Amino acid sequence: MTLPTSPLDGVVTVGADLLATALESQGTDVHRVDWRPPMEGTEEHLATVALDPRRADANRRAVEAVLAVQAGLVDVAPASEVLGLAQGEFLHAGPPIGWDRASGPLRGALMGAAAFEGLVDDPEQAAHMFAAGDLTFEPCHHHGAVGPMAGVVSPSMWMFVLEDADSGRRTYCSLNEGLGKVLRYGAYGPDVLDRLHWMTRVLGPLLRDAVHATVDAQGPVDVTGILTQMLQMGDEAHNRNRAGTLMLLRDLSPAMVGSGHATDDVSAALRFVGGNDHFFLNLAMPACKLALDAARGIAGSTMVVAMARNGTDFGIQVAGTDDQWFTGPAQVPDGLFLGSYGPDDANPDIGDSAITETAGIGGFSMATAPAIVRLVGGTVPDAFATTRRMREITLTANPRWTIPVLDFTGAPTGIDVAAVCRTGILPQINTGMAGKVAGTGQVGAGLVTPPAEVFPAALAALAARVG
Amino acid sequence: VVVHVEVRRGAYADSVALLQVSRDVAAVDGVESAQVAMATPLNVEVLAGMGFEVPACSPNDMVVAIRLGGEGDRAGLDAALAAVDAALRGGPRSTGATVEEPPRTTASAFRRAGGALALVSTPGASAVVEAVDALEAGHDVMVFSDNVPLAHEVALKRLASERGLLVMGPDCGTALVGGVGLGFADVVMSGSGPTVGIVAASGTGCQQLMCLLSYAGVTVGAALGVGGRDLSAEVGGLSTREALHRLDADGSIDRVLLVSKPPDDAVAVALHEATGAMATPVDLALLGPGQPDLTTVAETVLRALGVDSPTWPRWTESSAERRAPARTEGHLRGLFVGGTLCTEAAIIVRDRLGADAGHTFVDFGDDDYTRGRAHPMIDPTLRLEEVARAAADPETAVLLLDVVLGHGAEPDPAALLAPAVEAATRDHGVPVVVACVGTEADPQGLSRQAEALAAAGADVFLSNRDATMTALDMLERA
Repeated sequence: MTLPTSPLDGVVTVGADLLATALESQGTDVHRVDWRPPMEGTEEHLATVALDPRRADANRRAVEAVLAVQAGLVDVAPASEVLGLAQGEFLHAGPPIGWDRASGPLRGALMGAAAFEGLVDDPEQAAHMFAAGDLTFEPCHHHGAVGPMAGVVSPSMWMFVLEDADSGRRTYCSLNEGLGKVLRYGAYGPDVLDRLHWMTRVLGPLLRDAVHATVDAQGPVDVTGILTQMLQMGDEAHNRNRAGTLMLLRDLSPAMVGSGHATDDVSAALRFVGGNDHFFLNLAMPACKLALDAARGIAGSTMVVAMARNGTDFGIQVAGTDDQWFTGPAQVPDGLFLGSYGPDDANPDIGDSAITETAGIGGFSMATAPAIVRLVGGTVPDAFATTRRMREITLTANPRWTIPVLDFTGAPTGIDVAAVCRTGILPQINTGMAGKVAGTGQVGAGLVTPPAEVFPAALAALAARVG
Repeated sequence: VVVHVEVRRGAYADSVALLQVSRDVAAVDGVESAQVAMATPLNVEVLAGMGFEVPACSPNDMVVAIRLGGEGDRAGLDAALAAVDAALRGGPRSTGATVEEPPRTTASAFRRAGGALALVSTPGASAVVEAVDALEAGHDVMVFSDNVPLAHEVALKRLASERGLLVMGPDCGTALVGGVGLGFADVVMSGSGPTVGIVAASGTGCQQLMCLLSYAGVTVGAALGVGGRDLSAEVGGLSTREALHRLDADGSIDRVLLVSKPPDDAVAVALHEATGAMATPVDLALLGPGQPDLTTVAETVLRALGVDSPTWPRWTESSAERRAPARTEGHLRGLFVGGTLCTEAAIIVRDRLGADAGHTFVDFGDDDYTRGRAHPMIDPTLRLEEVARAAADPETAVLLLDVVLGHGAEPDPAALLAPAVEAATRDHGVPVVVACVGTEADPQGLSRQAEALAAAGADVFLSNRDATMTALDMLERA
């Protein structure tokens, strides 16, 4: 208890600056809040949520649950086996969507995947089958999975299987194909399909055997631990995964070499993984999902547990509102373009990879990856400011994932819907850009934010659940 | 004549900052009138009153309204708009050369810098959210904001009570904690005599008592505001009990004075129990009809402390011709910035003349006058307009005003009020009586302000009771 006459050790002021000035003129330390009105129409819901007696504890539990997850790579297996995906069934990134509203890159990836599965000879033939509902597609997130960009998964594709040792919960993600003309950016040419076939025939089984041998010898590959290290090595684990990819190779290559697979295949696999700086992204993403899923369904929590885009809609899910999606139009990223591509060629934001930002890395930890600030069209001071700004809308700083250049500040983690509505600060996402015409592939990379309206919508749903 | 009205969607600055912006722009050559304000219903009405047509807009929008005088042209308007932008850019927000952006929430500010308590003065609808941040960080909070819904107040105080924390307010205009004045705060000197701690459900009531006690040489060691509704049945006196508990635990407080409207019956019982259990003696000052006024309360406390009550000061122009004689007919017009001062004057008049005597009392600090506007102790515009209107009204027999000094209040209230007083007394022959609540140590200086008003023809008192009684005497002599 502070006694009324004991010296006042500083005052936080929020509101009229005149009152702060009056305190300073009396020699008191003043810490000013740069207050601005909340997003329009949110005052009442913000008050309801702030006064919800469950909120503080629910958010504390949500944060603890997320931080306690240790993601280990325990298996590599076809989607048909681990996700029960039958022929003719596909998964995709983002919130649910129908063929009629699906964007070019999502359609291209689904058509390519249909051809890859041998359902059609020419990808173009698959379009009317998806339109007619003969071929079906559902969100990855509804099946414990995440997929970068279009995020299309078909039954024959091999999946990383990550497991949280304590709970036994699992998440899944396909193997990364590399950059440029690839299925996840909506490309479906013969070279794209050839690569997918090689990955299914050679890479998948080889990685499965290597992971099994590694698990047997020393336990699961510690993906959360690699993330900790790569953040200290200049990766933000969304648009830069170079250190993470090399650490994965370090952990798996002895078992790959010793797997008994043909030397040529092992050599090709090592070259493929080592030559694809983004290979680890497909481990970072399911690790983030595994962590965030731990907070799903915590009543009263205002923490975002997923941000995902399907190229048309941007959706978020929140711990306290179960599996409800709050969606708005996906934005076109702002950034740099490959070759002669320009803004008119870019599709709106797409992919489940914003799960990294949801977990505090990617754009949220931009300060730790100065090497790629130019790739996304920024500067190093911008990167520092971004990471600090994201702390304004997050519930905690991850004590394990720290950023050396910010004096080992933790990654800003756990987006608080209420804080976003209060400050108007939108989560910043680092992203690749897909061409909007099906079959194009990647056209650039840049920065993007969610459509602002998804946060007031989620807040209203949270307020409606306050008893 | 050039008239320019522009709605800036989503632009924001606080009402005090915008007051300064409006003044800066109005001072630009060729500008006849200017108002830059958030488009709250009240401000839109004020703009309409100034002759501006405001298009449809929301309270989250900023309106820039400028009228140029006779020779105004495009260049003059450009200069005025440039002044708007310069004034909006100015101020404390843009002075920081640091790399780090300032915190955007109270939670963030506590996390980054610490601090002992939070002072919240956002618009009322948003105050509770910031206040909850402070409580969750383990800190007391003063809510200066008005227009805070009662349900928010109840929930906030319950949360504080569970944590042993103190919520001062909402609508808490003043507090003195750890020797620092918060909100509108008079500077009281510590003396060698006894020390009083005040718990106040009234801001200007608290200021009046602090200034009277300080004038009498008693030290006011702390003043904890609790908000005007704290002793209602809904709130149940949660803050009052916590404040009493704190003062009782503080060894340097010799006597506690509780100022409030009479509490709800059930709350009164609980309060009685709370004060009965205290080691420190407590005086109750319950404001209302049939109750002693604040000056009488101060005199009672002084007696209990064994201190002689002084003669409360009065400033008046010695040459009688400057002072207007009372009108022979008409009514008393009380135009106040202090809510409790207004209520007290109304009660004194009613107790003496009855309820239906036709005398009127307006509190310009009331919620209705402050939605999207600064408090009249900061922005005197609305009251000054009413003073001019009332002075010109043949129905006005005498004007009764208050001036409240201290940190946070206008730097020189007499500068704008004295001309209005002079116009009333000299041009319209309406006498003006002023209660000037302040101390010599206040930044504005009690004597300096009082003398300036007296020189303009007003009769000026430190005691609101004495001011009101003098105005009444004028009415009755007339």
